[in-house]
Amino acid sequence: MADKQDIDDVTGTDTTGHEWDGIKELNNPLPRWWLWTFYGTVVWGLAYTIAYPAWPLINSATTGVLGYSTRAEVAERIAEVNAQNAELTERLASADLATLAPDDPAHRFGVAGGASVFLAHCSQCHGSGAAGVQAAGYPNLLDDAWLWGGTLEDIEYTVRHGIRNETDPDARWSEMPAFGDIMSDEEIDQTVEYVLSLSGQDHDAAMAEQGMVWFQEQCTACHGDNGEGIRELGAPTLNDAIWLYGGDRETLIETVTYSRFGVMPAWGQRLDEEEIKAVTLYLHQLGGGE
Amino acid sequence: MAFLKRHQVLERSPTLLFVFSLLTVSVGGIVEITPLFYLENTIEEVEGVRPYSPLELAGRDIYVREGCYVCHSQMIRPMRDEVERYGHYSLAAESMYDHPHQWGSKRTGPDLARVGGRYSDAWHVDHLMDPQSVVPESIMPKYAFLADAVIDGEHIEDLVKTHRFVGVPYTDEMVAAAADDFRVQADPDGDWDGLVERYPGAVVSNFDGQPELTEMDALIAYLQMLGTLVDFSTFTPDPSR
Repeated sequence: MADKQDIDDVTGTDTTGHEWDGIKELNNPLPRWWLWTFYGTVVWGLAYTIAYPAWPLINSATTGVLGYSTRAEVAERIAEVNAQNAELTERLASADLATLAPDDPAHRFGVAGGASVFLAHCSQCHGSGAAGVQAAGYPNLLDDAWLWGGTLEDIEYTVRHGIRNETDPDARWSEMPAFGDIMSDEEIDQTVEYVLSLSGQDHDAAMAEQGMVWFQEQCTACHGDNGEGIRELGAPTLNDAIWLYGGDRETLIETVTYSRFGVMPAWGQRLDEEEIKAVTLYLHQLGGGE
Repeated sequence: MAFLKRHQVLERSPTLLFVFSLLTVSVGGIVEITPLFYLENTIEEVEGVRPYSPLELAGRDIYVREGCYVCHSQMIRPMRDEVERYGHYSLAAESMYDHPHQWGSKRTGPDLARVGGRYSDAWHVDHLMDPQSVVPESIMPKYAFLADAVIDGEHIEDLVKTHRFVGVPYTDEMVAAAADDFRVQADPDGDWDGLVERYPGAVVSNFDGQPELTEMDALIAYLQMLGTLVDFSTFTPDPSR
């Protein structure tokens, strides 16, 4: 700020009074368009804080005259989409899956929606293509081998209540004993040889003969007389080439000695009725549905 | 113009200019931050939210140490796509005992605010040991060493006390029982009635399936409780907030 006006001779404009080596700094006014834009943003800013939640007061903040709320907005968006699907959602939620025709719009809606539910909630264990994780205890859902049943009703029950979880009293439940506490290592080895023979793998015939005795004694109650498995107990079939944790000698010894305890969460507590039915329809049509 | 002339005083003294610049900038911070500490509608009261159990707290420290927050957020935003995928949007009260909060700012991996109970303990073990074994497309690093790191909870009481110091309402009873609660949460055969009474909804399980108490146990205990404390079947958030 100069104390007195000092007009520049060439341009006829006021100067700031600053001078360096004979060069003076012009004191041009700010361009009008810039200045008015600046004032405009100040006014806009104030209006914005009045229209939307902003000013902190004694106990709460102002809510804004437009009544905007992020929570209300998300609720509105969800309601909007739900309303668009309402007819199909209701039809699917109340449908008897066993009698729902494959060309019914609700069936198609379910299969498509079920694929999304599967990707968001199930793929982490069962794989994004539903092929499970081989030999790690996460079952393949594409094939005909079902631990607890592959009908629509069975699948829906498993999805809703889960397996061996602590959160749903109706969860499917069975528990294989850890035979390491019950049988000697030799007895376990013999039993495993017999199990290998059931699925036609290389085995020691003499050991398997003795193993058959232990098998009849300890294993048939759940796995069936010939290792065909019993679905009511989720006991896997042992006389085929499909294995949940692996069918080689080493893995079988580990399984018999320490047992296995695969857990699946109860999705009835997390998913809506139509989501459960949708994912059931999706799984059933993947290839193995009964 | 007399006012502008006084401004010259500031412009000509670096010390004064610094002090007044600082005051001016502080106003911005004070106006935005201070109200959050006293406004009643910042954190709504929500039933079910409790301080972390000692084992969960230890797991949380491992979560922070390993930098999980660098790739995983814990904040489900109020948007339809996030609510559909992850569950109910996060409430401020759900991280009221977090020091510091783990909201994160980047999602290389998915949001974990409601990961609790979503997968089995065994899945978490498999996944932390070798993420690609269960999710082939994952780029998450392996954390298998957690299963070998045995922990004894030597400083767990101090940890609980520290959190009490910064405002988490741990009672004297909780502090006294911290070491026992720490061990019993990973021991389903132990006497964990007191633990569940002090920390309602705490999951008791041998999380990593090993006899020893390891960092894997602590981290999974923490992951399995995330987002599970508020029962949204009985609680409806105020839609006007």
